[in-house]
Amino acid sequence: MKIKLKSALENYLFVLPAFVIFSIFYIYPFSQVFFLGLYEWDGILPTKTFVGLSNFKDIFFSDPIWWKSMLQAGWITIIALIFQNVLAFLLAWACDREIKLKNWYRLIFFLPPILSEVVVGLVWQWILEGNYGLLNSWLNNLGLAHLTRNWLNDPKTALNCVAIVHCWKGFGWGFLIFLAGLQTIPRELYEAARVDGASSWTAFRKITLPLMVPVAILVAILTILGTMQAFVLIIAMTGGGPAYHTQVPVLRILASMRDSGRFGYACAQGIVFGIILVAVSFIQYRFSKRSQARGA
Amino acid sequence: MMETTPNRSKGLKSYSGLVLFFIFSFMFFGCVPKKEESLTGKTVTIWHWMTDRDQTFQELARRYEEKTGVRVDFELYAPSDAYSQKVRAAAQGENLPDIFGILAEKRDFSSFVKAGYVSDLTAYMKENNAEWEKKFFPKALAVNEFIEGNSYGVPAGIYGVPVDVMTITMLYNKTLFKELGLDPKRPPATWNDFLAVGEKIKEAKKQGLVSGWGEIWMIDCLASNFAFNIMGKDKFLATLRGEVPYTDPDWIRVLTLFKEMQDSGLLYNGLVSMVNKTAEQIFANERAVFAFNGSWGVNVYDGMNPKLDYGVMLLPRVSDKFPVSVWGGAGSSFMVYNKSKNKDEAIKFLKWLTEKEQQVFLAAQTKNLPANKEAIGNISPIMAQFSLGLEYATHPNTWGFSESSQVTEAFDKGVQSIIIGEKTPEQVAGEAQKIKERELAKKKRL
Repeated sequence: MKIKLKSALENYLFVLPAFVIFSIFYIYPFSQVFFLGLYEWDGILPTKTFVGLSNFKDIFFSDPIWWKSMLQAGWITIIALIFQNVLAFLLAWACDREIKLKNWYRLIFFLPPILSEVVVGLVWQWILEGNYGLLNSWLNNLGLAHLTRNWLNDPKTALNCVAIVHCWKGFGWGFLIFLAGLQTIPRELYEAARVDGASSWTAFRKITLPLMVPVAILVAILTILGTMQAFVLIIAMTGGGPAYHTQVPVLRILASMRDSGRFGYACAQGIVFGIILVAVSFIQYRFSKRSQARGA
Repeated sequence: MMETTPNRSKGLKSYSGLVLFFIFSFMFFGCVPKKEESLTGKTVTIWHWMTDRDQTFQELARRYEEKTGVRVDFELYAPSDAYSQKVRAAAQGENLPDIFGILAEKRDFSSFVKAGYVSDLTAYMKENNAEWEKKFFPKALAVNEFIEGNSYGVPAGIYGVPVDVMTITMLYNKTLFKELGLDPKRPPATWNDFLAVGEKIKEAKKQGLVSGWGEIWMIDCLASNFAFNIMGKDKFLATLRGEVPYTDPDWIRVLTLFKEMQDSGLLYNGLVSMVNKTAEQIFANERAVFAFNGSWGVNVYDGMNPKLDYGVMLLPRVSDKFPVSVWGGAGSSFMVYNKSKNKDEAIKFLKWLTEKEQQVFLAAQTKNLPANKEAIGNISPIMAQFSLGLEYATHPNTWGFSESSQVTEAFDKGVQSIIIGEKTPEQVAGEAQKIKERELAKKKRL
């Protein structure tokens, strides 16, 4: 009994540093953010005014820009889920086959994610600039002058441009995870399928796709979490403009805190945003569990 | 499973003790920067954000130490957003340096004062028959002053020392003016003249006015200048107090001016999501006829294109009822930390820094307008043109009231919407007023 207790205590002792670090850097700040969300505070004065759930009420009922920013982040996420991940999967699939220079392609495809978001944003801003931008210059040279526009200043195109650049910047991660997933599929399965007379398309449909479902779900969750929280690229490209057309939740939180000096409100926004992300991740998790169970 | 023998375990324990000792030694002693001692053993620490002025500050610090034996450490933290956050965080932890700057609206400045972080310098300014106070341009000092009965509830006094002065006004490219067949000695003085230039710019397929209107405070600046000219200061301030609605015809007129500028081809294509740095680059590269920028631009343009031939003009007059105004006053100011152990040394240094000799040096090196009146005679012709704007200067920090940041954002983002043709001036005014009413109600509740 004594030995068991000692062993248990030892185990707890080993877990203790991780628990302390987690508590200091995650649990305590989170609880503080929640409590600050119940106050009106400018981030400077030592006194705070308790306002209860008023900040949360304002977010839900009096802040249409916040919800617009949520919808816009959602739109960028949908584009990323579809285009970024499909592109990442197809390129990973191509690189998994016996093609020439496949290592070279792997290197090239993984370059965008390792570039600085600010640099990427500024380079694309220059490409998409309305007066002297590279894209408009190409369109003019191709005789498509009627298509030229100020891509980042036009409300019809600004958000989609940001979404496309985000996809370009982020597809390398998905590519890498998909490639790793593809490489875990035993080659014997494909050989057996070929012996049974299955075409490449059938092998892809019946072997590759089903075995890649868990990987696809993981990539989807990471894409949702990463895209919903995107903001550096957006600051560099449009600063959230024109007007509110490329605003996303993190930019709104930053604006509340930095520009308006409403720390309490910004904390409440952070809590609401965090809960939404956790809910989305949970739904994804449940969905993946169910798919896996069905697959088994 | 591999098991650890008692001997090995003992050895590991002694090694881990050694490792822990080194880790803690580094933590406690390794992070403390070694500073050279000054002759008097006194050191004044200043946090600043002015990248372009850092070298000059370092040189001035060297001169001061040579003269007094007091060491002055200028520590640069840039960009200004990061600086601002650092100062706020340091204030919370009561770790502010002896001297620092507050890059925020008057509302936040007042919070710093009320929290007891900023020293009241009135007594120092007033001593010896107000010798120090009299050295400054009154408008520069006013930015750092809280008057009796101010709406922020701060005791009246002077809480900051202006280091330089700025004005934000209109600039025009003389070379492009000539190309358009305009007289570079006669920039447009009235609104109609200005719009007429816009038509010429459109015909010549050039670009008109450039400014960093992605940063909404620049829009706010121009809009309040127009408002002062159209409705006068009293009505403007009455709006801030909530006594005049934004749906008032005068405010609709202010918003309509932005639409007129856009319609007449006066605005640079894409300026609504542009940061001011980009705008400065465009004007310096002679790609825009006009710029709306501050006097700090003299240094920026000189660095980017020393051959740029440009002039400074007042905003075109929209109405004859009230004078035209420009934003102006203290450009950069320093505050003294109220709990600093070196408070007296810090104040002595600021007195020295704002003396004529140092101000002339600072102005010559950094091409900014000096805060000391006596130093203004030694500035370049283009800076002298900017200094003329001081006569018409106003600044939000001198108004005694601040507009709610939500209203300001709605108004300025609304201006962006007008420029991109998404909303009408009436719609924007209505939306701003709705938020104003909500904020007023909230203020009453609190």
